[in-house]
Amino acid sequence: MKIVTICGAGIGSSGILKVNAEKALESLGLSAAVVAADVASVRAAADDANVILTSAEFVEAIGDTYAEVIVIRNHFDQGEITAAVDRALGEH
Amino acid sequence: MPLPPLPDTAVVLGAVVSTWREALERTGEALVASGAATEAYTQAMIDLVDEHGPYIVISPGLAFAHARPGPTVRRDGLAVVTLREPVVFGHPHNDPVSVVLGLAVAEVGAHLESIGEIANTFNDPTVTGRLAAASTPDEVRAILGVPA
Repeated sequence: MKIVTICGAGIGSSGILKVNAEKALESLGLSAAVVAADVASVRAAADDANVILTSAEFVEAIGDTYAEVIVIRNHFDQGEITAAVDRALGEH
Repeated sequence: MPLPPLPDTAVVLGAVVSTWREALERTGEALVASGAATEAYTQAMIDLVDEHGPYIVISPGLAFAHARPGPTVRRDGLAVVTLREPVVFGHPHNDPVSVVLGLAVAEVGAHLESIGEIANTFNDPTVTGRLAAASTPDEVRAILGVPA
């Protein structure tokens, strides 16, 4: 499984999301690759992704994708991010 | 040392600004003053918001200002700017902003340790408010756990 985090430069807020998504996976006992990328390279980075975590501003630019696109409001809210990862990748 | 140092020159407390653009200008000036970035980096931070919107407001009250690594960065650096009056960036959930955290990274990849440390620090929801209330650079450094 693969999670891609997307922001404008591919280093700042997507980096925060990557770090916190990895913590979420660990706490949920799930395993997935997590890659941070800028929105300009979303096509290449996310063509095999299951989940894209991003900010509301990038949803339109990400466009059509097979991945589930989830908007994170507060990038430092581990509860919000863990719930999103669980909803997308957890066994229910 | 995961986070870059935060010298006094990179801390601006109680800045008086009336727009998000001015808030990012103060942050860029702090990164220039500490020797972390050139003036072109300031414009690059502003350009990212002009291009993509206010997504850098990544949690309530906090803007995480940065641009891409490259020749406008002299060395890894951090800046903290607190605003006397919070300003609106236009973010649907996390406005208004009272603290701007500026980051300059010299090269991609090496920055992930810093990003991880920033996440660890700010996952504590009290940090932004404590930074906004800080009255000395020493206080800011103590909250962030960084040296001068």
